[in-house]
Amino acid sequence: MSGDFVSQLSIFVLAVFVGYYVVWSVTPALHTPLMAVTNAISSVIIVGAIVAVGPSDWGAAKIFGFIAMVLAAINIFGGFAVTQRMLAMYKKKK
Amino acid sequence: MAMQESLTALAYLVAAVLFILALRGLSSPETSRTGNVLGMLGMAIAVFTTILSPEIESYLWVAVALLTGAIIGITIASKIAMTAMPQLVAAFHSLVGLAAVLVAGAAYSNPQAFHLVDSSGSIFIASRIEMGLGAVIGAITFSGSVIAFTKLQGLVSGAPVVFKGQHFFNACMGLAIVALIVAFCLQQQPVIFWSMIGLAFVLGVFIIIPIGGADMPVVVSMLNSYSGWAAAGIGFTLHNNALIVTGALVGSSGAILSYIMCKGMNRSFFNVILGGFGADAEGASSGGGDADRPVKQGSAEDAAFIMKNAGSVIIVPGYGMAVAQAQHALREMCEELKKNDVKVSYAIHPVAGRMPGHMNVLLAEANVPYDEVFELEDINNEFQSTDVAFVIGANDVTNPAAKTDPASPIFGMPILDVAKAKTVLFVKRGMSTGYAGVQNELFFNDNTMMLFGDAKKMVEGIIRNID
Repeated sequence: MSGDFVSQLSIFVLAVFVGYYVVWSVTPALHTPLMAVTNAISSVIIVGAIVAVGPSDWGAAKIFGFIAMVLAAINIFGGFAVTQRMLAMYKKKK
Repeated sequence: MAMQESLTALAYLVAAVLFILALRGLSSPETSRTGNVLGMLGMAIAVFTTILSPEIESYLWVAVALLTGAIIGITIASKIAMTAMPQLVAAFHSLVGLAAVLVAGAAYSNPQAFHLVDSSGSIFIASRIEMGLGAVIGAITFSGSVIAFTKLQGLVSGAPVVFKGQHFFNACMGLAIVALIVAFCLQQQPVIFWSMIGLAFVLGVFIIIPIGGADMPVVVSMLNSYSGWAAAGIGFTLHNNALIVTGALVGSSGAILSYIMCKGMNRSFFNVILGGFGADAEGASSGGGDADRPVKQGSAEDAAFIMKNAGSVIIVPGYGMAVAQAQHALREMCEELKKNDVKVSYAIHPVAGRMPGHMNVLLAEANVPYDEVFELEDINNEFQSTDVAFVIGANDVTNPAAKTDPASPIFGMPILDVAKAKTVLFVKRGMSTGYAGVQNELFFNDNTMMLFGDAKKMVEGIIRNID
């Protein structure tokens, strides 16, 4: 269990560094799409909701999971769609 | 079985890499669209991998939830106005926060399904900490984002709400939450778990209310960051690497954006989140002994004449342009100027608009080519060789007091050096001060001409006078 935690923590810390360098390379002109897309990908939390909805018996956990799944799905579809809509507007000089 | 588990873990790894590539794509507009598609692919892989895992027995409700979310999400995304992006992003953050709380709640109610219990049936201590942190940060993100949304949407006043002992009160609530997390580790009582979350909801509200409307770019970025940390906390609970990596990416992204916004205002992060800035702006602006000082005033006709005969014009748009919905007319005006062989570019201050990069999106929507739009550090040296600086809906970000007056509340803030242009045209509704409540000396300069009126009507007037 503790070894498991340390390896997860390692992944977390390394990912913070990856995030740091990747985000600094984002052009400021695209900071709004950046926020919209980070919002969409952080909704990968939906995987936790799916696990809670998974069991066939209804209980508090399944109800929570169902609501969480709807909310996260709104974010995923809405976030990616609005990002795509914004990015389509950025055009070069003709 | 072990084979199945490894495949699942590999699929999550692929998803995490695709998310990193999605962010990487945003380094330029050309690669950004592909990046976004990779992000969607990563999400699809993560979702289907989970659905196909053996624990999932009832597909019906999974499908219902996905479909409901898809319909609502896509409808909102296709209808939302670009000026309303800050509110939308705040609303989306609140959903991530609430989803984190609910997933933590589900894991707490049915820890067996998440493999979080030892043989005696109690939840692992490590899982309790991770679950507690994820839920608390999620709850703060939710209620904080709801308040940010109501301020941005104009449902409540954007003015900071401050009261005596506010910071002490917030600190006590924060400490109480920490104490409850510790208590939760000792005893997994429902009352402890839910009061911890309840208190975090309340703290989220109190953290955001003292922060004023124009500091919203920092708030939105900060909540973006929180939503990432909440997701990472849940990722630890679920032992899901895709979620941990994504949470870390989003958390650092929001933190960097908050930093850039604070730097754009020369304020420390703590100064912004402790709030109250602009609370006394009302008093400062009504003091106006400057009201009688003479300014040079011009008409749309004068402005059209000056710009038509200029060699180069730099447009400096601010939030006022967005409020007046003048961006489309502005782009038309620039087209007309280009027909008269005037070189046109746009200068964007880091904190223009209500969220990072907001002004760029609004200009892109109005069909302004992105290679005509420049950031402060890339264009600031150009003003001295420019004929006209056309400031529309911006004020504080051009105020020379930021450089010259150490007593000014905006002292030290990087500004666009519009005063160095041969002529400065200021489109403004009246002589009111900007958000910081300080007078702009530029208005009284000899080479400044004030164009009083609604930004959109003024620009339309200029267009009519150019031909």
